[in-house]
Amino acid sequence: MDESLTFLLSIFPRLLAAVPLTLALTAISGVIGNALAVPVALARLSPNPLLWMPSAFYILLMRGTPLLVQTYLIYYGLGEILPGSFIQQTFLWEYLKDGFWYAVFAFSLNTAGYTGEILRGAMSAVPRGEIEAAKAYGMSSRQILWRVTLPRAIQICLPAMSGETILLLKATSLASLITVWDVMGTARQIQKESYRIYEPLIAAGIIYIVTVFILTRLLNWLERRINQHRAAPQSA
Amino acid sequence: METTSSLLALMSFGHDGWGARFLDGIVVTVEVSLSAYAVSLVFGLLGAGAKLSPYKWLRSIADVYTTLVRALPELLLLLLVYYSGADAIKFLLSFLGDDYEDVEVDPFAAAVMALGFIGGAYMTEVMRGAIQSIPVGQIEAAKACGMSPLLRVRRIILPQMLRFALPGMSNLWLNATKDSSLISVLGSFQDILFMGYRAASTTKHYSYFYTMTALCFLIITLVSMAGIRLLEARVNRGYK
Amino acid sequence: MDTTLKVEDLHKRFGDAEVLKGVSLSANTGDVIAMIGSSGSGKSTLLRCINLLETPNSGRVYVNGELIRMKAMPDGTAKPEDQKQVERIRSKLAMVFQNFNLWSHRTILENVIEAPVHVLGVPKKEAIEKAEALLAKVGIADKRNFYPNHLSGGQQQRAAIARALAMDPSVLLFDEPTSALDPELVGEVLQVMRKLAEEGRTMLVVTHEMGFARDVASQIVFLHKGQIEEQGTPSEVIGHPKSERLKQFLSSTRH
Repeated sequence: MDESLTFLLSIFPRLLAAVPLTLALTAISGVIGNALAVPVALARLSPNPLLWMPSAFYILLMRGTPLLVQTYLIYYGLGEILPGSFIQQTFLWEYLKDGFWYAVFAFSLNTAGYTGEILRGAMSAVPRGEIEAAKAYGMSSRQILWRVTLPRAIQICLPAMSGETILLLKATSLASLITVWDVMGTARQIQKESYRIYEPLIAAGIIYIVTVFILTRLLNWLERRINQHRAAPQSA
Repeated sequence: METTSSLLALMSFGHDGWGARFLDGIVVTVEVSLSAYAVSLVFGLLGAGAKLSPYKWLRSIADVYTTLVRALPELLLLLLVYYSGADAIKFLLSFLGDDYEDVEVDPFAAAVMALGFIGGAYMTEVMRGAIQSIPVGQIEAAKACGMSPLLRVRRIILPQMLRFALPGMSNLWLNATKDSSLISVLGSFQDILFMGYRAASTTKHYSYFYTMTALCFLIITLVSMAGIRLLEARVNRGYK
Repeated sequence: MDTTLKVEDLHKRFGDAEVLKGVSLSANTGDVIAMIGSSGSGKSTLLRCINLLETPNSGRVYVNGELIRMKAMPDGTAKPEDQKQVERIRSKLAMVFQNFNLWSHRTILENVIEAPVHVLGVPKKEAIEKAEALLAKVGIADKRNFYPNHLSGGQQQRAAIARALAMDPSVLLFDEPTSALDPELVGEVLQVMRKLAEEGRTMLVVTHEMGFARDVASQIVFLHKGQIEEQGTPSEVIGHPKSERLKQFLSSTRH
């Protein structure tokens, strides 16, 4: 038992060194995915079937199939197509040898589907009166969208979006299955080298728990800041 | 580039096609998902009961359970519970005597326990929320009639809870089917994703076979969604 | 005369607030006792202490001469000694709630037979026959296969009364049965309650309906700040109020 604990402690530095990679996967996929969620939600709410039908299908595809399948499809599928294409001639190729950007691509698309659906719900939940008020003051529909509907919708779905971010952080562990050495990947690597099943998983688990805890705090703080004006005014 | 007809031939049901094997994969995926979901219902009921119990130590155990499971990646938890579950069973069996030392724990049972344990944490929250959504008066009326606690749970709380829990439970079923794909990593199950992986690496038609894999999961999702809609209509009768 | 319900020296505290400060009350078979008082006077709490939806801190409750056994806890509260006894006694004290509290997952008929079948063990067929008669009595026989949400408030409350009657209770407890109703629906519920009083049912009614209290009650109890301030026949309490507080209360409700 004692020996096991020593080993557990000894692998922490290696696993901690992989935390930035896990965070980078989360942050980059989160930013791209949430940005893509806006056009997905807008298209979903459009009365034009040429817009809402593809968007609805996209959301169904992302939410209706496992992320792991999506990740494999992108990693192996693109790996099958890209080598013969012009991409091989460009500077991008350097980056695409590694699993990282495939993972980012897969996670971003997936996040766009989930958050797009959340945002759609939030946009339909924006009180009608606030939009009517904007119309009454002569705002154009573009202005209404960017100045009223979208900001209000984001406010409404902020808690759900932070929940999605935590799920995304956990989901990045799937990148370990396409040769990305994130925290999970490093743990599996150590497992193979040391023939020990539990210690690497437990150490990685502790790191994930702490990271999730810190990220949750951070997101709560962010949420409060963004929604500050909705809080009751501080009394003197 | 292959012609369409030769790609279709790859999914045929004949000797050279992968169609039958994908069908087998769907059966395995559905079996694992259903069993894991059943286990998660048990964990969920126990967890919700513990969270709402008057005993602090029970509440604490349930809190640790849900907090840990929700903070850990599913893949990590699956591996951890899968292996430790097998070891725990072996450990318990070792008390019964040496004869059991070489017992192989059924990987299916271990994987189902692991997935059910994970799903159970989310189920706990769904059920706790649903029980708390039941109007207090409904339970008071049951008390006022002299119903015993057990009778109240059986006749009033569980049926009412179902209505409030159904959206969350439906979601968790869809999650269970998708999370089941993780077992392909364990290497001892021939589920859809495992079949896709095998087919893709054997034939080198990666994008084709992973698209087929996704399609299989999509079919499960669509069938489930249709079933959920029927169920919702039934459970919600009397409320509209 | 046999005392169906007897309450002695009931005390109830919520935290620091003492809501009942020693209330005693008794009802003989056939009595209709109306409890009046402003909100916060403790009248609903008193009713809920009688069937132990709230646990009184001290005091005694007898139903048909049987004492509900309580034991004192170290923190000053009390706990029923025997939960089975509580359940048995509750089945004799049927309650009608302000918000009806019909079980929304069951039809009206199912609501009425639920407790007779599952608590009293009445055969289902028998329970259904009786339930149909009771639903006819409260005037909603045609609604028996509806779910509660499809009924008006008045109809729901009449169904709730049928549910209470199905238990063959010794005492009917009414907790502000008309307060949640639209004014035009109050009459139909009061009419049913009048009919029950005429049948000689023992009833304890917390109410704001002074007309009902005056015409139907055999006794009126006026509660103020957790104590019985005045008590007597309707003509004594409403016709000749003695205390200043009761006079004030009556004048505030009279218009």
